[in-house]
Amino acid sequence: MPTVFIPTPLRKFTNQASKVEIPGSTVQEVIQGLTSNYPQLQRHLVNADGKVPNFINIFVDDDDIRSLQQEQTAVNPNTIVSIVPAIAGGSR
Amino acid sequence: MKHYTVTFSKEELARYNRHIIIPEFGMEAQQKLKAAKVLVIGSGGLGSPMLLYLAAAGVGNIGIVDFDIVDDSNLQRQVLFGVESVGLPKVEGARQRLNALNPHINITVYNTQITAANALDLIKDYDVVADGTDNFPTRYLINDACVLLGKVNVYASIFQFEGQVSVFNYTDVNGEVGPNYRDLYATPPPPGLVPSCAEGGVLGVLPGIIGSLQALEVIKVVTGVGDVLSGRFFSFDALTFESRTFKIRRNPSNPLNGENPTIKGLIDYEQFCGMKAVEKKIKEIDASELHAWETQGVDYQIIDVREPHEYEIVNIGAELIPLDSIVENVARIDRQKKVVVQCKTGNRSGKAIRELEEKFGLDNLYNLKGGILGYIRDIKPELTSY
Repeated sequence: MPTVFIPTPLRKFTNQASKVEIPGSTVQEVIQGLTSNYPQLQRHLVNADGKVPNFINIFVDDDDIRSLQQEQTAVNPNTIVSIVPAIAGGSR
Repeated sequence: MKHYTVTFSKEELARYNRHIIIPEFGMEAQQKLKAAKVLVIGSGGLGSPMLLYLAAAGVGNIGIVDFDIVDDSNLQRQVLFGVESVGLPKVEGARQRLNALNPHINITVYNTQITAANALDLIKDYDVVADGTDNFPTRYLINDACVLLGKVNVYASIFQFEGQVSVFNYTDVNGEVGPNYRDLYATPPPPGLVPSCAEGGVLGVLPGIIGSLQALEVIKVVTGVGDVLSGRFFSFDALTFESRTFKIRRNPSNPLNGENPTIKGLIDYEQFCGMKAVEKKIKEIDASELHAWETQGVDYQIIDVREPHEYEIVNIGAELIPLDSIVENVARIDRQKKVVVQCKTGNRSGKAIRELEEKFGLDNLYNLKGGILGYIRDIKPELTSY
């Protein structure tokens, strides 16, 4: 099954899990599976149009899904799907 | 950069010997470092290690922008500062430390907040910018200013256990310009989704790791040694030790430098992000001062903004108004006396005070530093901690 890497700011919605295995053959199916397991993730990962919001990047292995087939990008059982949100800390 | 005219004293040659003897680095790269002008924005968690390494490495002209004052709570990660710097402007503490570290370089400090009004002026005379700030409005501001001025922006950010690094707006040897922050994140997250380090916390070593990587990329950009982290985005999770380097690309719809640019100058970044760049400082009281008020019979009110179940576990006789209901209960808050607001550790009460000050203009509110847990630890250890 594809493995999803959960970033720190979203782990409070996954019982602190940092990686989870979710079945699916596209990014969309994996995100649907993820948000049905962890419903609180829904509003952070899916916007009103059913797409990944702009302040979240999804990478399939090393590649941004925006340079592939967006949410329809294919995944296989060995794929790592990384969710990378904008974070801004650094000074104070 | 006129590095070919750069010369070194005997002391400098001795100092930089371990650089100069690396075949891929050598005298030429060291000359480029000495000729370079690097502006470090934010001298906190990321800026601290970055400035120490850039100064030690011999970057000849370093500018530092910060408006903050060194606080006790900074020392857990901001290794540029020691106990003797507490209370000083950060740029002053930084200047003293860096002058002591390397007297052969020039340090210029700007004790100010970077804003849309001064950003272009601050940045224009520098070759490279390193963004170690701490909020989304300033991140977009620095990004846009760098793209508009054609400057490289060495970016890093951290949150709790997570760090990110990339080099934005870098022009490679073929003249190709790499992606910038807006290619990666077209819009900021809604306010409140990602708390700041002041609210969410950060592991002290993490900015040391990430700020050092940022210094590394500054040195690579300046010297041309190695492959700059442009078009790539590094992410590190200190908890799992997972690190990944993703490929990133320019987005044709980037409003700054995509196919149809619509942003031709700096904008209102607080409005764009729906949040303030700098949260106003609120008044604080620590547990021993509060205890002194109690014993001296000072007339004050104390409000507890925790949840009822927490109040049941332990309380110090405050009036309970949970944070969620503070606004509709504003009438219960005294306008004449001093009012102490407390929660478990001081975060929620800080939020409550900001909200009350912003919406109702109250100016008699004091946040109990360290919350009820701090009070129990320092004053009444017989009470229950939770």
